[in-house]
Amino acid sequence: MALIEIRNLHASVDGKDILKGVDLVIEPGKVHALMGPNGTGKSTLSNIIAGRDGYTITDGDILLNGQSLLEMEPQDRALAGIFLSFQYPVEIPGVATSTFLKAAINARRRAAGEGEIDAMEFLKLVKAKAKELGVRDDMLKRPVNVGFSGGEKKRAEVLQMALMTPRFAILDETDSGLDIDALKVVADGVNALRSPDRSFLVITHYQRLLSYIVPDVVHVFAGGRIVRTGGPELAEELEAKGYADYTGAAA
Amino acid sequence: MAATDSTAQTVKELERYKYGFETNIETELAPKGLNEDIIRFISAKKEEPEWLLEWRLKAYRQWLTMTEPTWANVRYPAIDFQDAHYYAAPRQKIAPKSLEEVDPELLRTYEKLGIPLREQEALAGVAVDAVFDSVSVATTYKKRLEEMGVIFCAISEAVKKYPDLVRKYLGSVVPPGDNFYACLNSAVFTDGSFVYVPKGLRCPMELSTYFRINEKNTGQFERTLIVCDDGAYVSYLEGCTAPQRDENQLHAAVVELVALDDAEIKYSTVQNWYPGDAEGKGGIYNFVTKRAACRGRNSKVMWTQVETGSAVTWKYPSCILQGENSVGEFYSVAITNNHQQADTGTKMIHIGKNTRSKIISKGISAGHSDQTYRGLVRIQPGADGARNFTQCDSLLIGDQCGAHTVPYIETKNPTARTEHEATASRISEDQLFYCLQRGLNPEDAVGLIVNGFCKEVLQTLPMEFAVEAQKLVAISLEGSVG
Repeated sequence: MALIEIRNLHASVDGKDILKGVDLVIEPGKVHALMGPNGTGKSTLSNIIAGRDGYTITDGDILLNGQSLLEMEPQDRALAGIFLSFQYPVEIPGVATSTFLKAAINARRRAAGEGEIDAMEFLKLVKAKAKELGVRDDMLKRPVNVGFSGGEKKRAEVLQMALMTPRFAILDETDSGLDIDALKVVADGVNALRSPDRSFLVITHYQRLLSYIVPDVVHVFAGGRIVRTGGPELAEELEAKGYADYTGAAA
Repeated sequence: MAATDSTAQTVKELERYKYGFETNIETELAPKGLNEDIIRFISAKKEEPEWLLEWRLKAYRQWLTMTEPTWANVRYPAIDFQDAHYYAAPRQKIAPKSLEEVDPELLRTYEKLGIPLREQEALAGVAVDAVFDSVSVATTYKKRLEEMGVIFCAISEAVKKYPDLVRKYLGSVVPPGDNFYACLNSAVFTDGSFVYVPKGLRCPMELSTYFRINEKNTGQFERTLIVCDDGAYVSYLEGCTAPQRDENQLHAAVVELVALDDAEIKYSTVQNWYPGDAEGKGGIYNFVTKRAACRGRNSKVMWTQVETGSAVTWKYPSCILQGENSVGEFYSVAITNNHQQADTGTKMIHIGKNTRSKIISKGISAGHSDQTYRGLVRIQPGADGARNFTQCDSLLIGDQCGAHTVPYIETKNPTARTEHEATASRISEDQLFYCLQRGLNPEDAVGLIVNGFCKEVLQTLPMEFAVEAQKLVAISLEGSVG
């Protein structure tokens, strides 16, 4: 069975149609890339999958393991295994990153009927993962995303992903604001999480990221829906020719 | 709303204020009403000396000439001061001389509140004075403190045992006629704590008073006096709770602090009086006068308050910075939810040279509540080189609540410098969604974000209470989102 299935999804914001019939099927273990021009609804799609308020679903459905997500609260979707790595991770002043991580881990443990994580166990776990991703210890003590550089924010997102162990992860423009070294670290982090029962949707503008996170399937997104699907070679074609062929579809 | 939802909501309501229970204990009450005979009754019950009775009566006569203040940004029906008992005490056969003799029902009450009074079970390093309605029922670690020269006891006991000290300082910071509620308190105050730390001693234990209103139709009028002699230090914490009731009860306290040369007092409050229900019914009126005199050179007073309870709060812990180089600090977290109202802040009066003050206020309003920060910084002509820094941040949750900031800055000395920063913001949708996406439920998310917002203040609390305060912050905001 598909891990994620999006059927004919239509959605609008303030009466304006943004998604106009998205169909997408992602099998377990697969990495799909979603590429396309700016302002065509890619981030809207990721927000809707994660359950953000403010969108009206006018038609269609989103299924995780055959079960509709549409009636579920954002936190329940998260606990069911949906993870969104944000394009612009928000700052939470005064809340240490480690405190935030602990709260997120404990939310999962509570949902699984387990007790809260032991302080030592938590530290060991976080420090080990942080080291793998080049996240320095002092970042864990700093407030969530406050004063983080672009690269630090994205690394922190991937660290969260590693700790949340999602079934389905969406990376929304994770490459934006990253220099090439940071990009490699982040890509390595994502690649380390690839597994037969975990799927990814990598949203990006450029082919660059896809040289490091090699997708199984590439989609072109324009005008509120998927207009073309192919293999990794499609990303290279887009890199060479740009989105000019598709901007017409947006109109 | 589905039946199951409303049941769940009811259960939640009950859990929200877990201190709302009532202790069933036989109580001795003064007749309802307020007059000179009642004051004589209280004074006689406390076996007070003649001078104190006179002091009370003088205050009462002055109070009769005063009118209730109406300048605060709070609204409540007129209080009938004749419709309350001004003295309520658990009936005990003999006055307990030690903890072993205290009524077990009272010990159980405090245990339920999370304040074990038996020393072997108590928090190590924290001595507690437990005030139940109008009387102090127990004080822990009294002996150990006495051996070090620290006096920590009920103020009614101090009146008998240390009359000179009490007489010297009582009313010296907040004179009886200071304001309507302070004056009322001076006439009818019942119990509270007295602390004296002798010269040069850093009190190694946290001192703490736990106030509990239990009896209905009563007011609580506590009086606390803390004196820190030259070079001494003390950290003191008060906590307060009351049963959940539909009626409003008045709590009008006076707290006076005196810091002499090089002395330092750290005074922390976790105020969790019953706030009333979700519709604004019931709850405590918390009309309190708290003031510190930094009399000595280099003296320092630090007020930290976490205000989450009470239906209406009217409270401005202040510092009179008299001694040269003296320092006053005020750290406040005030949370109002549902129909709570709070008008709170501080006053920093700079009199001595090079005096410094710092004000950090974090106000969080949710539900239909209304909150005002009101702060005065006054620099007197002689206060050369005085400095003040004020930061007031307000956070709003939802669109039915209010937050107001009313700073008063009066500078009469050109060398002084004052700074005032203020912000008002909302919990952003982005922050909330970010937390939810990581699996936190809305209430935990708000608790986390608000605790982050208050961190600067919460970290000034003694460690033993900081964790408790964090939980309280989260609990107070339950039901404010979603």
